[in-house]
Amino acid sequence: METIILFAPLVGALLCGFGWRIFGETAAMWIGTGFLFLAAALSWVVFLTFDGVSQKIEIMRFIQSGYLDTSWAIRLDRLTAIMLIVITTVSALVHLYSFGYMANDPQWKDGESYKPRFFAYLSFFTFAMLSLVTADNLIQMFFGWEGVGVASYLLIGFYYRKPSANAAAIKAFVVNRVGDFGFALGIFGLFYLTKSVNFDVVFAAVPDIANTQLTFLWREWNAANVLAFLLFIGAMGKSAQLFLHTWLPDAMEGPTPVSALIHAATMVTAGVFLVCRMSPLMEFAPQATAFITVIGATTAFFAATVGLVQTDIKRVIAYSTCSQLGYMFVAAGVGMYSAAMFHLFTHAFFKAMLFLGAGSVIHALHHEQDMTNYGGLRKKIPYTFWAMMIGTLAITGVGIPLTHIGFAGFLSKDAIIESAYAGGSAYGFWLLVAAAAMTSFYSWRLMFLTFFGEARGDKHTHEHAHESPMVMLIPLGVLSLGAVFAGMIWFKPFFGHTNYVADFYGIPYEEAVSHGDGHVEGAEDAHGDDVAKAAGKAEHHYAFAGAPGEGALYFAPDNTVLDDAHNVPKWVKVSPFVAMVFGFLMAMWFYIWNPSLPARLAENQRPLYLFFKNKWYFDEVYDAIFVRPTKAIGRFLWKRGDGDVIDGSINGIAMGIIPFITRIAGRAQSGYIFTYAFAMVIGIAVLVTWMTLSGGAH
Amino acid sequence: MSVFAFYLFAISVVTGGFFTVVSRNPVHSVLWLILAFLSSAGLFVLLGAEFVAMLLIIVYVGAVAVLFLFVVMMLDIDFAELKAEMAKYMPLALLIALVILMQFVIAFGAWETNAAAEGLRAQITPVDRHNTEALGLILYDDYFLLFQLSGLILLVAMIGAIVLTLRHRTDVKRQDVVAQMMRDPAKAMELKDIKPGQGL
Amino acid sequence: MSADLGTILPEILLSLFAILGLLGAVYTGKDALASALVWVTSAVFLGLAAWIGLSGEGTHIAFNGMFVDDGFARFAKVVILLSAAAVLVMSEGYMKSRDLLRFEYPVLVALSVVGMMMMVSAGDLMALYMGLELQSLALYVVASLRRDSARSTEAGLKYFVLGALSSGLLLYGASLVYGYAGTTLFSGIIQTAQHGDVSLGLLFGLIFLIAGLAFKVSAVPFHMWTPDVYEGAPTPVTAFFATAPKVAAMALFARVMHDAFGGAIKDWSQVVALLSVLSMLLGAFAAIGQTNIKRLMAYSSIAHMGYALIGLAAGTALGIQSMLVYMAIYVTMNIGTFAFILMMERDGQPVTDISALNQFAKREPGKALAMLVLMFSLAGVPPMLGFFAKFGVWQAGVDAGLVWLVVVSAFASAIGAYYYLRIVFFMYFGSEDGAIEVNGSKTLWVFLMGAAAIIGIAWVPGINMFGIGAIAELAATSLVN
Repeated sequence: METIILFAPLVGALLCGFGWRIFGETAAMWIGTGFLFLAAALSWVVFLTFDGVSQKIEIMRFIQSGYLDTSWAIRLDRLTAIMLIVITTVSALVHLYSFGYMANDPQWKDGESYKPRFFAYLSFFTFAMLSLVTADNLIQMFFGWEGVGVASYLLIGFYYRKPSANAAAIKAFVVNRVGDFGFALGIFGLFYLTKSVNFDVVFAAVPDIANTQLTFLWREWNAANVLAFLLFIGAMGKSAQLFLHTWLPDAMEGPTPVSALIHAATMVTAGVFLVCRMSPLMEFAPQATAFITVIGATTAFFAATVGLVQTDIKRVIAYSTCSQLGYMFVAAGVGMYSAAMFHLFTHAFFKAMLFLGAGSVIHALHHEQDMTNYGGLRKKIPYTFWAMMIGTLAITGVGIPLTHIGFAGFLSKDAIIESAYAGGSAYGFWLLVAAAAMTSFYSWRLMFLTFFGEARGDKHTHEHAHESPMVMLIPLGVLSLGAVFAGMIWFKPFFGHTNYVADFYGIPYEEAVSHGDGHVEGAEDAHGDDVAKAAGKAEHHYAFAGAPGEGALYFAPDNTVLDDAHNVPKWVKVSPFVAMVFGFLMAMWFYIWNPSLPARLAENQRPLYLFFKNKWYFDEVYDAIFVRPTKAIGRFLWKRGDGDVIDGSINGIAMGIIPFITRIAGRAQSGYIFTYAFAMVIGIAVLVTWMTLSGGAH
Repeated sequence: MSVFAFYLFAISVVTGGFFTVVSRNPVHSVLWLILAFLSSAGLFVLLGAEFVAMLLIIVYVGAVAVLFLFVVMMLDIDFAELKAEMAKYMPLALLIALVILMQFVIAFGAWETNAAAEGLRAQITPVDRHNTEALGLILYDDYFLLFQLSGLILLVAMIGAIVLTLRHRTDVKRQDVVAQMMRDPAKAMELKDIKPGQGL
Repeated sequence: MSADLGTILPEILLSLFAILGLLGAVYTGKDALASALVWVTSAVFLGLAAWIGLSGEGTHIAFNGMFVDDGFARFAKVVILLSAAAVLVMSEGYMKSRDLLRFEYPVLVALSVVGMMMMVSAGDLMALYMGLELQSLALYVVASLRRDSARSTEAGLKYFVLGALSSGLLLYGASLVYGYAGTTLFSGIIQTAQHGDVSLGLLFGLIFLIAGLAFKVSAVPFHMWTPDVYEGAPTPVTAFFATAPKVAAMALFARVMHDAFGGAIKDWSQVVALLSVLSMLLGAFAAIGQTNIKRLMAYSSIAHMGYALIGLAAGTALGIQSMLVYMAIYVTMNIGTFAFILMMERDGQPVTDISALNQFAKREPGKALAMLVLMFSLAGVPPMLGFFAKFGVWQAGVDAGLVWLVVVSAFASAIGAYYYLRIVFFMYFGSEDGAIEVNGSKTLWVFLMGAAAIIGIAWVPGINMFGIGAIAELAATSLVN
């Protein structure tokens, strides 16, 4: 079954991409979509029937060379199962949605075929992503990692007639190379130390790695730290974390379904997945995880600030994605991997929905993306409005404080913020709370600018705004279910008590003697819901056990963040809600009650506004530090190195020396026997002389 | 005495070989070659190998060299012209010859064979046997395989000569022995009944 | 004696077959029987190859060591017999349509093959020379088979005269070796020629021997006959020259070096390496200027012999193994390529000009593709079999410490790729119409496609080059131990 899930998208991609001339466009697209729905259905079956015990399904021998021994196998554990449903569900819905969204693309002339290609790329991406998350070893994971990179490149640059789309595609690819370099070094390092790239072997060897010193960049480091750091560099690139985030906003050049699938729900979360997958290593790398926390929190804050002032609807959501990914990394950084996965899971639903909703708006307004030209669309496109509303409620984290009732984002985001506090990262906690307020602000700003107020922009376009077809609305409806209920349904296994989480992930656990009693009171209060009560007091006597590699995640014995997070003070638990309300009220004030305020504020605080507007000037700085010098070096190597030296010498050899030798050889072939005989005699003389001089010496 | 004979023959072999190469007239060359053959035969006699010596005279001098002589005389080739062409290479050729010669002098000057080689050296003609008899024994016993192979080689040479030269000409009458013997008056003669006035 | 005869039974049978075929044809239909005789001869070759390949095992020494039947000899014999059978069958149509098919042709080829079989089994300098002469003499004759063509006779004559010179060198070397070693048996020579105890005179004998052998494998600088003879001889004969005799000569080379001079590997290894380098470079450089595909194939074969000699120069069992594999692959590639060359014609006349192939792919995509595979393989482009052949000898070379040789070889290979790819270029991107026709011979088509298919798919993991590596390894270990 898992094999079918993995290969169904590939088969779909091949049939759709190469077979559409035979089947016809529409049939080919349905074939691709059908395979995806099949994979999605099977994934849900796998997820719901999975018992938490890791399985390994061999597919074929892959590479065997010396120590390197990898097979292509599916590693099925809880992490994989979660990713499977996220990927296949969102992908299937995005396929469906694309029928409507890509129907009449103005980028193409009549009669040009582009849809099967789009669907094939989408399906191929899904295959690559699935092979990433089902990987049983680092090589296979790297294959998937690069596969999604390729698919992302193809899809960002799908509108290849737009220079900006090509530039964005290249940028995404190149920036990801930086991350991949780190990732590759990490893999090399692990292979160097453990002589294997298989997860089982690597995880089992982690305690040894933690006691090993590794020379890297002319210095001795703790091996676990440096390897975790290198792997995280890879995660930073793929998940658009600070310093390597610049490609994500530009990637919005791709069609909106792509943004929903790749740049919101799946590919960008690969970094989070990687860190969670490598949790045994991370647990032994305190400095590296501290770094992850700092980067994650900073990204969450930074992206939120930039999101405040963007006017392109997709860019706002892109920065929002960037910011939410930062949340996930904070959770992973403080050791609360299941919270990271929780947010990854819920985020996939509501963020994909926001993108698809934005796509619906864009579709309605004939590919207008500037929010300043929107307004008052509530009545025109009511279904889209309500879908976006649910998405916004989910991302801003609306729910009833101190209970487990709320939209998906409420539960998962609060879980992360509590974990950050419990994990002892004050920096992470405060930045995340601030980011939560800003998240609320820019999300509501998006809603207000788009759906409320007066219609701005082109009147004609606005009047002709139309609701999207059913194929686009159905995915929105399905995702909205996830956005509303995913958090409440799966709160317990992701962020409930230790034994639930341990059961869910197949981690061994044992009764903890040393701690728990002191916190029982607070916990009782905090978790007022029936489930927690039913579990009784006994739950706190459980602690994670087991060796690295047992179960889908690994929590070190001294990792008590989960329990601690449940027992944080109440003000901590309420803080994200307060931040959310504050952001909402600010948005109301700015865009409903006093719409002239934003312009004035921007005028008053011009430097700050420009700083945010220009994304903290990252692109400009990178351009000056990296891009221009690189181009200069490139031009030098091209003109001087390649043109003069290499081409010059090759041309010299190819056009001068070789014909010269050929002519000589030709002339020697005179046709006269005595010339030939003479050549033989000369040969004899040379050989004999050589033998006399060398061999005959003894 | 035999030493004197050896040097006499040896010198005449070398002389013959030298003049075969350098003499301007190809007929002279062949004659010099015959001298070389004869002298070699003399050397074989000195070694006690009369049979080979006689073979050399009969086959090489009697057949091969005479054949050469005919061929050279029949071919109309201007050897002087060819030599002029080759003269361009002469200095280089001389240099190379000198080099090889020098090296041979170095190599053969110290003629030292391996100790093991002495033991391996094949027996000289057994004392109690006739030279020809011993040769026959070796040829048909030890070297049976090689002898047969030589036969095959000669066969190939014969086939080759025929393949390359034999032409079935259709414009000449050939003797057909069977037809000749089966001939009878009935076939040989034909009676024609010529009506008067229509003949010659 | 009877055991001895049993050992050389295949050779005896083949000789008898040749003689009987000759007699039979002479007394019956003569040239009218030639076609049938060609097919029968091929069948006999195939039968012998199957027999030798399947039944032979162990090492048998016959005639006081003059004849050695071991795994190495059997491997070479099978390759020789198979390639000779293939070339014979391929030549039938061509020779017939040009009125060259005479009944002596298959007989001469059969006798030549007997010579080759003697060569690869030789255990004595005299047996070596006999085998060599037997095969060469037959080859001289078939080279000038088109006796009314000045080019063909010239080719035969050049080959003959230079061949005589090389035989002279070889015999001179053999007599020097005999003089120093006291015996002509390889098993005796190896006892006296141990490294560190080899006198200069013996080394000179070795050099002259090598020169004679190098002439047969057409290694530079003893290669000069090759282009002229390849060009002048009738194309099927050229195809024959390029395959079986090369295998035989290479195998003989290896046998003499290892069986007789196995104790002095260092001494001859450097000489062989020098020949190898020169062959590869000259083969690469000189072929560039060629416009005649037969001449080009001549230089190609010179270069390929250079690569195969790397395996010999390595002086190890692995080297011999890689050399044998190289020769087997080389023969396969050449059979395919010559099948194609035999098809090239215009108005019924053979065409050998490369530019005639312009835009060939448009008319005959299947054949052009097969030719492309063969050319890529000859150039050593992965994943074609030719690459693995080169890779094998390079591996052996590096293992034996001949890194410089391998580097030069890679360089030569890069230059050599030019002229192979030029043919492909003409076929696919040629400018004006070459207007070549190809004859529709089914036989040739089978050989072209068969060779291309073997070359093209052998890399597939399950196929594993048809297991030739393991067989060659067995053969190599029987020679080098």
